[in-house]
Amino acid sequence: MNSEKNVTEPLILMIESSGNVAGTALVRGKKVLAEYMTDLKKTHSETLMPMIDQMMELTGIKPSEINAVAVSGGPGSFTGLRIGSATAKGLALSLDVPMIHVPTIDAMAYQCPFFEGWIVPMMDARRNQVFTGIYRFDTKDGERSFEVIKPAFAMDITELLTMIKTEGTPSVLFLGDGAEVFADKIREMLPGAVFAPDFMGKQRAGAAGLLAYDMYERGETEAAADHKPEYLRQSQAEREREKKLGQEQ
Amino acid sequence: MNTMNQDITILAIESSCDETAAAVVRNGREVLSNVIYSQIDLHTLYGGVVPEIASRKHIEKINQVVTGALTDAKLSLNEIDAVAVTYGPGLVGALLVGVSAAKGIAFGAGKPLVGVNHIEGHVAANYITNPDLEPPFLCLIVSGGHTHLVMVEDYATFRVLGRTRDDAAGEAFDKVARAIGLGYPGGPKIDRAAKEGNPDAIVFPKTKIEGAPYDFSFSGLKSAVLNYINHANMSGETFRKEDLAASFQKNVVEALVSRAMLAAEEFHMPGIALAGGVASNSALRAAMDQACKERGLKFYRPDPILCTDNAAMIGAAGYYEYLRCREEGHFSGWNLNAVPGLKLGER
Repeated sequence: MNSEKNVTEPLILMIESSGNVAGTALVRGKKVLAEYMTDLKKTHSETLMPMIDQMMELTGIKPSEINAVAVSGGPGSFTGLRIGSATAKGLALSLDVPMIHVPTIDAMAYQCPFFEGWIVPMMDARRNQVFTGIYRFDTKDGERSFEVIKPAFAMDITELLTMIKTEGTPSVLFLGDGAEVFADKIREMLPGAVFAPDFMGKQRAGAAGLLAYDMYERGETEAAADHKPEYLRQSQAEREREKKLGQEQ
Repeated sequence: MNTMNQDITILAIESSCDETAAAVVRNGREVLSNVIYSQIDLHTLYGGVVPEIASRKHIEKINQVVTGALTDAKLSLNEIDAVAVTYGPGLVGALLVGVSAAKGIAFGAGKPLVGVNHIEGHVAANYITNPDLEPPFLCLIVSGGHTHLVMVEDYATFRVLGRTRDDAAGEAFDKVARAIGLGYPGGPKIDRAAKEGNPDAIVFPKTKIEGAPYDFSFSGLKSAVLNYINHANMSGETFRKEDLAASFQKNVVEALVSRAMLAAEEFHMPGIALAGGVASNSALRAAMDQACKERGLKFYRPDPILCTDNAAMIGAAGYYEYLRCREEGHFSGWNLNAVPGLKLGER
Protein backbone atom coordinates (compact mmCIF):
# COMPACT_ATOMS: atom_id res chain seq x y z
CA MET A 1 0.00 0.00 0.00
CA ASN A 2 1.53 3.25 -1.11
CA SER A 3 0.13 5.67 1.44
CA GLU A 4 2.31 8.60 0.36
CA LYS A 5 0.82 8.46 -3.10
CA ASN A 6 -2.66 8.57 -1.61
CA VAL A 7 -1.95 11.78 0.25
CA THR A 8 -0.95 13.60 -2.92
CA GLU A 9 -4.04 12.44 -4.82
CA PRO A 10 -6.88 14.97 -4.77
CA LEU A 11 -9.80 14.34 -2.44
CA ILE A 12 -13.14 15.10 -4.08
CA LEU A 13 -16.54 15.32 -2.41
CA MET A 14 -19.25 14.35 -4.91
CA ILE A 15 -22.88 15.45 -4.49
CA GLU A 16 -25.79 13.99 -6.45
CA SER A 17 -29.40 15.18 -6.09
CA SER A 18 -30.60 15.62 -9.67
CA GLY A 19 -33.46 13.12 -9.43
CA ASN A 20 -35.04 10.86 -6.83
CA VAL A 21 -31.64 9.66 -5.63
CA ALA A 22 -29.77 11.60 -3.00
CA GLY A 23 -26.15 10.54 -3.00
CA THR A 24 -22.72 11.58 -1.91
CA ALA A 25 -19.25 10.09 -2.22
CA LEU A 26 -15.69 10.79 -1.18
CA VAL A 27 -13.22 9.97 -3.93
CA ARG A 28 -9.45 10.10 -3.58
CA GLY A 29 -7.82 9.85 -6.97
CA LYS A 30 -9.34 6.84 -8.70
CA LYS A 31 -10.52 5.30 -5.46
CA VAL A 32 -14.01 5.59 -4.05
CA LEU A 33 -13.44 5.88 -0.29
CA ALA A 34 -17.09 6.14 0.71
CA GLU A 35 -20.45 6.34 -0.94
CA TYR A 36 -23.89 6.97 0.51
CA MET A 37 -27.05 6.58 -1.56
CA THR A 38 -30.76 6.76 -0.80
CA ASP A 39 -33.68 6.49 -3.20
CA LEU A 40 -36.57 7.53 -0.99
CA LYS A 41 -39.52 9.81 -1.33
CA LYS A 42 -37.91 12.34 0.98
CA THR A 43 -36.80 15.84 0.08
CA HIS A 44 -33.09 16.09 -0.56
CA SER A 45 -33.01 19.02 1.81
CA GLU A 46 -33.65 16.59 4.67
CA THR A 47 -31.29 13.81 3.57
CA LEU A 48 -28.33 15.21 1.65
CA MET A 49 -26.47 17.18 4.31
CA PRO A 50 -27.01 14.57 7.07
CA MET A 51 -25.57 11.98 4.64
CA ILE A 52 -22.51 14.12 3.97
CA ASP A 53 -22.11 14.71 7.70
CA GLN A 54 -22.36 11.01 8.56
CA MET A 55 -20.03 9.97 5.74
CA MET A 56 -17.39 12.48 6.83
CA GLU A 57 -17.70 11.34 10.42
CA LEU A 58 -17.39 7.64 9.51
CA THR A 59 -14.36 8.17 7.31
CA GLY A 60 -12.73 10.48 9.84
CA ILE A 61 -11.96 12.89 7.03
CA LYS A 62 -12.17 16.56 7.91
CA PRO A 63 -13.89 18.98 5.51
CA SER A 64 -10.65 20.97 5.33
CA GLU A 65 -8.98 18.01 3.57
CA ILE A 66 -11.31 18.28 0.55
CA ASN A 67 -9.63 19.58 -2.62
CA ALA A 68 -12.71 20.07 -4.78
CA VAL A 69 -16.48 19.80 -4.50
CA ALA A 70 -18.19 18.10 -7.42
CA VAL A 71 -21.90 18.21 -8.15
CA SER A 72 -24.17 16.46 -10.56
CA GLY A 73 -24.96 19.56 -12.58
CA GLY A 74 -28.01 18.56 -14.55
CA PRO A 75 -30.27 18.12 -16.28
CA GLY A 76 -32.81 16.87 -13.78
CA SER A 77 -35.40 18.07 -11.32
CA PHE A 78 -35.00 21.86 -11.10
CA THR A 79 -35.37 21.94 -7.33
CA GLY A 80 -33.26 18.81 -6.81
CA LEU A 81 -30.43 20.27 -8.89
CA ARG A 82 -30.51 23.48 -6.91
CA ILE A 83 -30.34 21.72 -3.54
CA GLY A 84 -27.19 19.92 -4.67
CA SER A 85 -25.70 22.97 -6.38
CA ALA A 86 -26.37 25.34 -3.49
CA THR A 87 -24.95 22.86 -0.97
CA ALA A 88 -21.86 22.38 -3.14
CA LYS A 89 -21.46 26.13 -3.69
CA GLY A 90 -21.68 26.76 0.05
CA LEU A 91 -19.16 24.05 0.83
CA ALA A 92 -16.75 25.21 -1.88
CA LEU A 93 -17.08 28.82 -0.67
CA SER A 94 -16.26 27.99 2.93
CA LEU A 95 -13.48 25.53 2.05
CA ASP A 96 -12.10 27.88 -0.61
CA VAL A 97 -11.82 25.10 -3.21
CA PRO A 98 -12.97 24.86 -6.85
CA MET A 99 -16.06 23.07 -8.05
CA ILE A 100 -16.50 20.41 -10.71
CA HIS A 101 -19.70 20.41 -12.75
CA VAL A 102 -20.32 16.75 -13.66
CA PRO A 103 -22.94 16.38 -16.41
CA THR A 104 -25.63 14.18 -14.86
CA ILE A 105 -26.40 12.07 -17.93
CA ASP A 106 -22.69 11.53 -18.66
CA ALA A 107 -22.18 10.25 -15.12
CA MET A 108 -25.07 7.81 -15.44
CA ALA A 109 -23.57 6.29 -18.62
CA TYR A 110 -20.11 6.27 -17.00
CA GLN A 111 -21.26 3.72 -14.43
CA CYS A 112 -21.97 1.06 -17.12
CA PRO A 113 -18.52 0.46 -18.67
CA PHE A 114 -18.95 -3.19 -19.67
CA PHE A 115 -21.68 -2.80 -22.21
CA GLU A 116 -20.78 -3.07 -25.91
CA GLY A 117 -22.95 -0.68 -27.86
CA TRP A 118 -24.80 2.55 -27.21
CA ILE A 119 -25.59 3.49 -23.63
CA VAL A 120 -28.65 5.73 -23.31
CA PRO A 121 -29.52 7.11 -19.84
CA MET A 122 -32.94 8.71 -19.60
CA MET A 123 -34.58 10.98 -17.06
CA ASP A 124 -38.31 11.53 -17.33
CA ALA A 125 -38.75 15.18 -18.37
CA ARG A 126 -42.59 15.02 -18.50
CA ARG A 127 -44.73 15.90 -21.52
CA ASN A 128 -43.48 12.72 -23.27
CA GLN A 129 -39.93 14.02 -23.25
CA VAL A 130 -36.76 12.66 -21.74
CA PHE A 131 -33.44 14.20 -20.78
CA THR A 132 -30.99 11.85 -22.40
CA GLY A 133 -27.60 11.46 -24.10
CA ILE A 134 -25.73 8.83 -26.11
CA TYR A 135 -22.47 7.19 -25.01
CA ARG A 136 -20.27 4.15 -25.52
CA PHE A 137 -17.13 2.53 -24.16
CA ASP A 138 -14.22 1.21 -26.20
CA THR A 139 -11.25 -0.79 -25.02
CA LYS A 140 -7.97 1.06 -25.47
CA ASP A 141 -4.66 -0.27 -24.08
CA GLY A 142 -6.52 -2.72 -21.88
CA GLU A 143 -8.71 -0.01 -20.29
CA ARG A 144 -12.27 0.95 -20.96
CA SER A 145 -12.38 4.39 -22.51
CA PHE A 146 -15.51 6.55 -22.25
CA GLU A 147 -16.84 8.21 -25.37
CA VAL A 148 -19.58 10.85 -25.47
CA ILE A 149 -21.42 10.42 -28.78
CA LYS A 150 -24.07 13.01 -28.03
CA PRO A 151 -24.07 14.95 -24.73
CA ALA A 152 -27.25 15.70 -22.78
CA PHE A 153 -30.30 16.84 -24.70
CA ALA A 154 -34.08 16.84 -24.32
CA MET A 155 -36.17 14.97 -26.88
CA ASP A 156 -39.58 13.47 -27.47
CA ILE A 157 -39.40 9.77 -26.60
CA THR A 158 -40.78 8.49 -29.93
CA GLU A 159 -38.46 10.75 -31.89
CA LEU A 160 -35.49 9.55 -29.84
CA LEU A 161 -36.31 5.85 -30.25
CA THR A 162 -36.82 6.31 -34.00
CA MET A 163 -33.41 7.94 -34.24
CA ILE A 164 -31.77 5.15 -32.22
CA LYS A 165 -33.48 2.54 -34.40
CA THR A 166 -31.97 3.94 -37.59
CA GLU A 167 -28.56 5.11 -36.32
CA GLY A 168 -27.85 3.07 -33.19
CA THR A 169 -26.01 -0.14 -32.42
CA PRO A 170 -27.99 -3.42 -32.63
CA SER A 171 -28.06 -3.64 -28.87
CA VAL A 172 -28.68 -0.54 -26.74
CA LEU A 173 -28.50 -0.21 -22.95
CA PHE A 174 -31.15 1.94 -21.28
CA LEU A 175 -31.08 3.21 -17.71
CA GLY A 176 -32.59 5.88 -15.49
CA ASP A 177 -36.13 6.65 -14.37
CA GLY A 178 -37.07 7.62 -17.93
CA ALA A 179 -36.20 4.11 -19.12
CA GLU A 180 -38.52 2.77 -16.43
CA VAL A 181 -41.38 5.07 -17.40
CA PHE A 182 -41.08 4.30 -21.11
CA ALA A 183 -39.98 0.62 -20.82
CA ASP A 184 -42.93 -0.76 -22.79
CA LYS A 185 -42.47 1.69 -25.61
CA ILE A 186 -38.72 1.00 -25.73
CA ARG A 187 -39.25 -2.79 -25.90
CA GLU A 188 -41.87 -2.35 -28.58
CA MET A 189 -39.73 -0.17 -30.83
CA LEU A 190 -36.31 -1.66 -30.09
CA PRO A 191 -36.25 -5.45 -29.62
CA GLY A 192 -32.49 -5.29 -28.89
CA ALA A 193 -32.99 -3.07 -25.86
CA VAL A 194 -31.26 -4.02 -22.61
CA PHE A 195 -32.14 -2.49 -19.24
CA ALA A 196 -29.62 -1.87 -16.48
CA PRO A 197 -30.40 -3.39 -13.08
CA ASP A 198 -31.47 -0.94 -10.41
CA PHE A 199 -28.11 -0.70 -8.59
CA MET A 200 -26.47 0.72 -11.71
CA GLY A 201 -29.61 2.07 -13.30
CA LYS A 202 -29.80 5.25 -11.26
CA GLN A 203 -27.53 8.15 -10.37
CA ARG A 204 -24.58 6.90 -8.31
CA ALA A 205 -22.28 9.39 -6.62
CA GLY A 206 -19.33 6.96 -6.58
CA ALA A 207 -19.21 6.64 -10.36
CA ALA A 208 -19.90 10.36 -10.81
CA GLY A 209 -17.05 11.05 -8.39
CA LEU A 210 -14.62 9.11 -10.58
CA LEU A 211 -15.76 11.06 -13.60
CA ALA A 212 -15.25 14.22 -11.52
CA TYR A 213 -11.66 13.07 -10.87
CA ASP A 214 -11.05 12.68 -14.63
CA MET A 215 -12.37 16.20 -15.14
CA TYR A 216 -10.28 17.55 -12.26
CA GLU A 217 -7.14 16.04 -13.80
CA ARG A 218 -8.00 17.71 -17.12
CA GLY A 219 -8.36 21.04 -15.33
CA GLU A 220 -12.11 21.16 -15.93
CA THR A 221 -12.99 22.96 -12.71
CA GLU A 222 -14.92 26.17 -12.12
CA ALA A 223 -15.11 28.85 -9.44
CA ALA A 224 -17.91 28.13 -6.96
CA ALA A 225 -19.36 31.60 -7.51
CA ASP A 226 -19.76 30.92 -11.23
CA HIS A 227 -21.45 27.55 -10.90
CA LYS A 228 -25.08 27.13 -11.91
CA PRO A 229 -27.05 24.03 -12.87
CA GLU A 230 -27.66 23.05 -16.48
CA TYR A 231 -31.46 22.78 -16.66
CA LEU A 232 -31.67 22.14 -20.43
CA ARG A 233 -35.04 23.82 -20.29
CA GLN A 234 -36.33 27.32 -19.68
CA SER A 235 -38.84 28.07 -16.97
CA GLN A 236 -42.47 27.85 -18.02
CA ALA A 237 -42.90 31.63 -17.64
CA GLU A 238 -39.96 32.28 -19.98
CA ARG A 239 -41.23 29.80 -22.56
CA GLU A 240 -44.70 31.34 -22.55
CA ARG A 241 -43.32 34.86 -22.72
CA GLU A 242 -41.10 34.05 -25.72
CA LYS A 243 -43.98 32.30 -27.44
CA LYS A 244 -46.15 35.38 -26.92
CA LEU A 245 -43.42 37.75 -28.14
CA GLY A 246 -42.90 35.49 -31.17
CA GLN A 247 -46.58 35.65 -32.03
CA GLU A 248 -46.64 39.43 -31.75
CA GLN A 249 -43.80 39.85 -34.22
CA MET B 1 -29.09 35.72 28.46
CA ASN B 2 -25.94 37.60 29.41
CA THR B 3 -23.66 38.26 26.48
CA MET B 4 -22.02 41.41 27.76
CA ASN B 5 -18.51 40.05 27.69
CA GLN B 6 -18.59 38.25 24.36
CA ASP B 7 -19.59 39.60 20.96
CA ILE B 8 -21.64 37.32 18.75
CA THR B 9 -21.24 37.83 15.01
CA ILE B 10 -23.77 36.25 12.66
CA LEU B 11 -23.53 35.68 8.91
CA ALA B 12 -27.12 35.80 7.66
CA ILE B 13 -28.62 34.64 4.36
CA GLU B 14 -32.05 35.51 2.94
CA SER B 15 -33.60 34.12 -0.26
CA SER B 16 -37.29 33.66 0.52
CA CYS B 17 -38.67 35.63 -2.43
CA ASP B 18 -36.97 37.79 -5.05
CA GLU B 19 -33.98 39.26 -3.21
CA THR B 20 -30.75 37.32 -2.81
CA ALA B 21 -29.18 38.79 0.30
CA ALA B 22 -26.42 38.26 2.84
CA ALA B 23 -25.32 40.33 5.83
CA VAL B 24 -23.04 40.29 8.83
CA VAL B 25 -24.59 41.49 12.08
CA ARG B 26 -22.98 41.82 15.51
CA ASN B 27 -24.99 41.25 18.69
CA GLY B 28 -28.28 41.52 16.83
CA ARG B 29 -28.09 45.30 16.52
CA GLU B 30 -24.95 46.37 14.68
CA VAL B 31 -24.95 45.84 10.90
CA LEU B 32 -21.40 45.28 9.66
CA SER B 33 -22.53 44.64 6.09
CA ASN B 34 -25.80 44.27 4.20
CA VAL B 35 -25.65 43.09 0.59
CA ILE B 36 -28.86 42.78 -1.45
CA TYR B 37 -29.14 41.60 -5.01
CA SER B 38 -32.63 42.58 -6.14
CA GLN B 39 -34.20 40.65 -9.00
CA ILE B 40 -37.06 43.11 -9.34
CA ASP B 41 -36.24 44.20 -12.90
CA LEU B 42 -36.35 40.59 -14.04
CA HIS B 43 -39.77 39.92 -12.51
CA THR B 44 -41.22 43.23 -13.69
CA LEU B 45 -41.26 41.67 -17.19
CA TYR B 46 -43.82 39.19 -15.87
CA GLY B 47 -45.85 41.56 -13.67
CA GLY B 48 -44.90 39.71 -10.50
CA VAL B 49 -42.46 37.28 -8.96
CA VAL B 50 -42.01 34.08 -10.99
CA PRO B 51 -40.86 31.40 -8.50
CA GLU B 52 -38.75 29.35 -10.91
CA ILE B 53 -36.97 32.42 -12.26
CA ALA B 54 -36.36 33.66 -8.72
CA SER B 55 -34.85 30.32 -7.70
CA ARG B 56 -32.58 30.26 -10.74
CA LYS B 57 -31.32 33.76 -10.01
CA HIS B 58 -30.73 32.95 -6.34
CA ILE B 59 -28.36 30.10 -7.19
CA GLU B 60 -26.41 32.31 -9.59
CA LYS B 61 -25.97 35.10 -7.05
CA ILE B 62 -25.78 33.38 -3.68
CA ASN B 63 -21.98 33.11 -3.43
CA GLN B 64 -21.43 36.67 -4.65
CA VAL B 65 -23.69 38.17 -1.96
CA VAL B 66 -22.15 36.03 0.81
CA THR B 67 -18.59 36.86 -0.25
CA GLY B 68 -19.63 40.51 -0.61
CA ALA B 69 -21.08 40.59 2.90
CA LEU B 70 -17.91 39.09 4.42
CA THR B 71 -15.67 41.43 2.43
CA ASP B 72 -17.71 44.52 3.38
CA ALA B 73 -17.58 43.46 7.03
CA LYS B 74 -13.82 42.85 6.70
CA LEU B 75 -14.24 39.46 8.32
CA SER B 76 -13.36 35.91 7.38
CA LEU B 77 -15.67 32.97 7.99
CA ASN B 78 -13.45 31.98 10.93
CA GLU B 79 -14.49 35.13 12.74
CA ILE B 80 -18.20 34.34 12.41
CA ASP B 81 -20.01 32.61 15.29
CA ALA B 82 -22.93 31.13 13.35
CA VAL B 83 -24.68 31.05 9.99
CA ALA B 84 -28.33 32.14 10.13
CA VAL B 85 -30.71 31.54 7.25
CA THR B 86 -34.37 32.16 6.43
CA TYR B 87 -36.16 28.80 6.21
CA GLY B 88 -39.72 30.10 5.91
CA PRO B 89 -42.20 31.41 5.14
CA GLY B 90 -41.65 32.07 1.45
CA LEU B 91 -41.34 30.40 -1.94
CA VAL B 92 -40.13 26.85 -1.35
CA GLY B 93 -37.70 26.69 -4.28
CA ALA B 94 -36.25 30.08 -3.40
CA LEU B 95 -35.91 29.22 0.30
CA LEU B 96 -34.14 25.96 -0.53
CA VAL B 97 -31.28 27.76 -2.26
CA GLY B 98 -30.48 29.83 0.83
CA VAL B 99 -31.02 26.95 3.23
CA SER B 100 -28.81 24.56 1.21
CA ALA B 101 -26.04 27.12 0.71
CA ALA B 102 -26.12 28.05 4.41
CA LYS B 103 -25.75 24.39 5.36
CA GLY B 104 -22.76 23.99 3.03
CA ILE B 105 -21.09 27.13 4.42
CA ALA B 106 -21.78 26.25 8.06
CA PHE B 107 -20.63 22.65 7.61
CA GLY B 108 -17.48 23.61 5.75
CA ALA B 109 -16.59 26.30 8.27
CA GLY B 110 -17.54 24.19 11.29
CA LYS B 111 -20.07 26.74 12.55
CA PRO B 112 -23.56 26.23 13.96
CA LEU B 113 -26.58 26.67 11.69
CA VAL B 114 -29.52 28.78 12.85
CA GLY B 115 -32.82 28.64 10.96
CA VAL B 116 -34.73 31.94 11.11
CA ASN B 117 -38.38 32.80 10.47
CA HIS B 118 -38.60 35.49 7.80
CA ILE B 119 -41.41 37.37 9.57
CA GLU B 120 -39.48 37.38 12.83
CA GLY B 121 -36.70 38.90 10.75
CA HIS B 122 -39.00 41.76 9.71
CA VAL B 123 -39.83 42.37 13.38
CA ALA B 124 -36.14 42.29 14.31
CA ALA B 125 -35.30 44.92 11.67
CA ASN B 126 -36.61 47.34 14.30
CA TYR B 127 -33.85 46.35 16.75
CA ILE B 128 -31.27 47.56 14.26
CA THR B 129 -32.81 50.99 13.65
CA ASN B 130 -33.99 51.50 17.24
CA PRO B 131 -31.21 50.43 19.64
CA ASP B 132 -33.37 51.19 22.70
CA LEU B 133 -36.27 48.97 21.58
CA GLU B 134 -36.90 45.93 23.75
CA PRO B 135 -39.89 43.63 24.10
CA PRO B 136 -42.69 43.84 24.95
CA PHE B 137 -44.13 45.90 22.11
CA LEU B 138 -46.80 45.63 19.47
CA CYS B 139 -45.68 45.00 15.91
CA LEU B 140 -47.65 45.50 12.71
CA ILE B 141 -46.07 43.46 9.93
CA VAL B 142 -47.28 44.45 6.47
CA SER B 143 -45.74 43.25 3.22
CA GLY B 144 -46.64 41.70 -0.11
CA GLY B 145 -47.07 38.33 1.53
CA HIS B 146 -47.98 39.08 5.14
CA THR B 147 -50.31 41.17 7.27
CA HIS B 148 -49.93 40.37 10.96
CA LEU B 149 -50.65 42.25 14.15
CA VAL B 150 -48.38 40.70 16.74
CA MET B 151 -47.53 41.13 20.39
CA VAL B 152 -43.77 40.66 20.75
CA GLU B 153 -43.64 39.33 24.31
CA ASP B 154 -39.96 38.46 24.21
CA TYR B 155 -37.26 38.21 21.51
CA ALA B 156 -38.42 34.74 20.51
CA THR B 157 -41.97 34.76 21.89
CA PHE B 158 -44.78 36.08 19.76
CA ARG B 159 -48.52 36.24 20.13
CA VAL B 160 -50.41 36.76 16.89
CA LEU B 161 -53.42 38.94 17.66
CA GLY B 162 -54.67 39.38 14.11
CA ARG B 163 -53.89 38.49 10.53
CA THR B 164 -55.39 38.94 7.11
CA ARG B 165 -58.21 36.61 6.17
CA ASP B 166 -57.43 36.87 2.45
CA ASP B 167 -55.02 39.15 0.57
CA ALA B 168 -51.96 40.64 2.24
CA ALA B 169 -51.99 44.43 2.31
CA GLY B 170 -49.08 44.63 -0.12
CA GLU B 171 -50.85 42.23 -2.46
CA ALA B 172 -53.87 44.58 -2.55
CA PHE B 173 -51.50 47.45 -3.45
CA ASP B 174 -50.07 45.36 -6.31
CA LYS B 175 -53.48 44.39 -7.67
CA VAL B 176 -54.93 47.90 -7.52
CA ALA B 177 -51.78 49.36 -9.08
CA ARG B 178 -52.09 46.89 -11.94
CA ALA B 179 -55.79 47.70 -12.41
CA ILE B 180 -55.10 51.40 -12.86
CA GLY B 181 -52.03 50.82 -15.01
CA LEU B 182 -49.36 51.93 -12.56
CA GLY B 183 -47.42 48.69 -12.90
CA TYR B 184 -45.36 46.56 -10.55
CA PRO B 185 -44.40 46.78 -7.72
CA GLY B 186 -47.62 48.45 -6.63
CA GLY B 187 -46.69 49.73 -3.16
CA PRO B 188 -44.28 52.52 -4.06
CA LYS B 189 -46.25 53.40 -7.23
CA ILE B 190 -49.52 53.89 -5.34
CA ASP B 191 -47.71 55.80 -2.61
CA ARG B 192 -46.28 58.22 -5.19
CA ALA B 193 -49.54 58.64 -7.14
CA ALA B 194 -51.53 59.14 -3.93
CA LYS B 195 -49.43 62.18 -3.04
CA GLU B 196 -51.06 63.96 -6.02
CA GLY B 197 -54.55 62.72 -5.21
CA ASN B 198 -57.49 63.50 -2.94
CA PRO B 199 -57.90 60.72 -0.34
CA ASP B 200 -61.55 61.68 0.21
CA ALA B 201 -62.51 61.65 -3.48
CA ILE B 202 -63.91 58.12 -3.37
CA VAL B 203 -65.24 56.39 -0.28
CA PHE B 204 -64.62 52.64 -0.29
CA PRO B 205 -66.36 50.45 2.29
CA LYS B 206 -64.60 49.53 5.50
CA THR B 207 -64.24 45.85 6.27
CA LYS B 208 -64.79 44.53 9.78
CA ILE B 209 -64.67 40.88 10.75
CA GLU B 210 -67.28 39.75 13.24
CA GLY B 211 -65.74 38.44 16.46
CA ALA B 212 -62.16 39.06 15.30
CA PRO B 213 -61.43 42.72 16.01
CA TYR B 214 -57.75 42.47 15.03
CA ASP B 215 -58.09 40.55 11.79
CA PHE B 216 -57.84 42.18 8.38
CA SER B 217 -59.50 41.60 5.04
CA PHE B 218 -58.47 43.34 1.85
CA SER B 219 -60.16 41.31 -0.86
CA GLY B 220 -63.47 43.14 -0.39
CA LEU B 221 -61.72 46.47 -0.75
CA LYS B 222 -59.86 45.21 -3.82
CA SER B 223 -63.18 44.13 -5.40
CA ALA B 224 -64.77 47.45 -4.55
CA VAL B 225 -61.91 49.25 -6.30
CA LEU B 226 -62.15 46.98 -9.37
CA ASN B 227 -65.95 47.42 -9.48
CA TYR B 228 -65.54 51.16 -9.27
CA ILE B 229 -63.15 51.12 -12.23
CA ASN B 230 -65.40 48.80 -14.28
CA HIS B 231 -68.45 50.89 -13.53
CA ALA B 232 -66.66 54.08 -14.49
CA ASN B 233 -65.40 52.53 -17.73
CA MET B 234 -68.84 51.21 -18.68
CA SER B 235 -70.70 54.40 -17.93
CA GLY B 236 -68.06 56.52 -19.61
CA GLU B 237 -67.24 58.38 -16.41
CA THR B 238 -63.68 59.44 -15.79
CA PHE B 239 -61.72 59.46 -12.56
CA ARG B 240 -58.24 60.56 -11.62
CA LYS B 241 -55.88 57.66 -10.99
CA GLU B 242 -54.26 59.74 -8.29
CA ASP B 243 -57.57 60.17 -6.48
CA LEU B 244 -58.31 56.48 -6.66
CA ALA B 245 -54.81 55.60 -5.40
CA ALA B 246 -55.13 58.06 -2.51
CA SER B 247 -58.63 56.89 -1.55
CA PHE B 248 -57.66 53.22 -1.68
CA GLN B 249 -54.52 53.88 0.33
CA LYS B 250 -56.45 55.83 2.94
CA ASN B 251 -58.80 52.90 3.44
CA VAL B 252 -55.91 50.44 3.91
CA VAL B 253 -54.03 52.76 6.25
CA GLU B 254 -57.11 53.34 8.40
CA ALA B 255 -57.75 49.60 8.67
CA LEU B 256 -54.15 49.02 9.78
CA VAL B 257 -53.85 51.94 12.19
CA SER B 258 -57.27 51.49 13.87
CA ARG B 259 -56.59 47.84 14.72
CA ALA B 260 -53.09 48.59 15.95
CA MET B 261 -54.42 51.31 18.27
CA LEU B 262 -57.19 49.07 19.55
CA ALA B 263 -54.69 46.33 20.39
CA ALA B 264 -52.16 48.71 21.97
CA GLU B 265 -54.88 49.96 24.31
CA GLU B 266 -56.32 46.54 25.13
CA PHE B 267 -52.94 44.94 25.87
CA HIS B 268 -51.30 48.04 27.43
CA MET B 269 -48.42 48.06 24.98
CA PRO B 270 -45.87 50.85 25.51
CA GLY B 271 -45.04 51.19 21.83
CA ILE B 272 -45.82 50.09 18.29
CA ALA B 273 -43.34 49.03 15.63
CA LEU B 274 -43.94 48.73 11.90
CA ALA B 275 -42.28 46.03 9.83
CA GLY B 276 -42.30 44.67 6.27
CA GLY B 277 -42.22 46.27 2.85
CA VAL B 278 -45.41 48.30 3.32
CA ALA B 279 -43.81 49.86 6.44
CA SER B 280 -42.08 52.15 3.91
CA ASN B 281 -45.44 53.57 2.83
CA SER B 282 -45.38 57.28 3.65
CA ALA B 283 -49.09 57.57 4.45
CA LEU B 284 -48.94 54.60 6.84
CA ARG B 285 -45.88 56.01 8.58
CA ALA B 286 -47.49 59.44 8.96
CA ALA B 287 -50.83 58.11 10.20
CA MET B 288 -49.18 55.71 12.65
CA ASP B 289 -46.87 58.41 13.95
CA GLN B 290 -49.82 60.76 14.49
CA ALA B 291 -51.99 58.14 16.20
CA CYS B 292 -49.14 57.10 18.50
CA LYS B 293 -48.42 60.71 19.45
CA GLU B 294 -52.06 61.28 20.36
CA ARG B 295 -51.98 58.30 22.70
CA GLY B 296 -48.51 58.81 24.15
CA LEU B 297 -47.20 55.62 22.57
CA LYS B 298 -43.68 55.19 21.26
CA PHE B 299 -43.56 54.63 17.51
CA TYR B 300 -40.78 52.59 15.88
CA ARG B 301 -40.09 51.79 12.26
CA PRO B 302 -37.04 50.37 10.50
CA ASP B 303 -34.98 52.35 8.00
CA PRO B 304 -36.49 51.93 4.52
CA ILE B 305 -33.58 49.70 3.42
CA LEU B 306 -34.47 47.32 6.26
CA CYS B 307 -38.21 47.27 5.42
CA THR B 308 -37.92 45.33 2.19
CA ASP B 309 -36.42 41.85 2.26
CA ASN B 310 -32.83 41.88 3.44
CA ALA B 311 -30.42 39.68 5.36
CA ALA B 312 -29.47 42.17 8.08
CA MET B 313 -32.88 41.62 9.68
CA ILE B 314 -32.26 37.86 9.53
CA GLY B 315 -28.95 38.48 11.26
CA ALA B 316 -30.75 40.44 13.99
CA ALA B 317 -33.41 37.75 14.52
CA GLY B 318 -30.71 35.09 14.08
CA TYR B 319 -28.76 36.56 17.00
CA TYR B 320 -31.66 36.13 19.42
CA GLU B 321 -32.40 32.68 17.99
CA TYR B 322 -28.71 31.80 18.39
CA LEU B 323 -28.87 32.76 22.07
CA ARG B 324 -32.01 30.69 22.56
CA CYS B 325 -30.48 27.66 20.78
CA ARG B 326 -27.27 27.97 22.76
CA GLU B 327 -29.21 28.00 25.99
CA GLU B 328 -31.17 24.93 24.93
CA GLY B 329 -27.97 23.22 23.83
CA HIS B 330 -28.80 22.55 20.20
CA PHE B 331 -28.85 24.49 16.94
CA SER B 332 -30.66 23.72 13.68
CA GLY B 333 -29.89 20.23 12.33
CA TRP B 334 -28.34 19.42 8.96
CA ASN B 335 -31.80 18.19 7.98
CA LEU B 336 -33.25 21.72 8.22
CA ASN B 337 -35.85 22.00 5.48
CA ALA B 338 -37.57 24.96 3.87
CA VAL B 339 -41.03 25.50 5.41
CA PRO B 340 -43.00 27.67 2.97
CA GLY B 341 -45.92 28.13 5.39
CA LEU B 342 -43.89 28.61 8.57
CA LYS B 343 -45.96 30.34 11.26
CA LEU B 344 -44.75 33.14 13.46
CA GLY B 345 -43.21 31.78 16.67
CA GLU B 346 -43.27 28.20 15.31
CA ARG B 347 -40.10 26.17 16.01
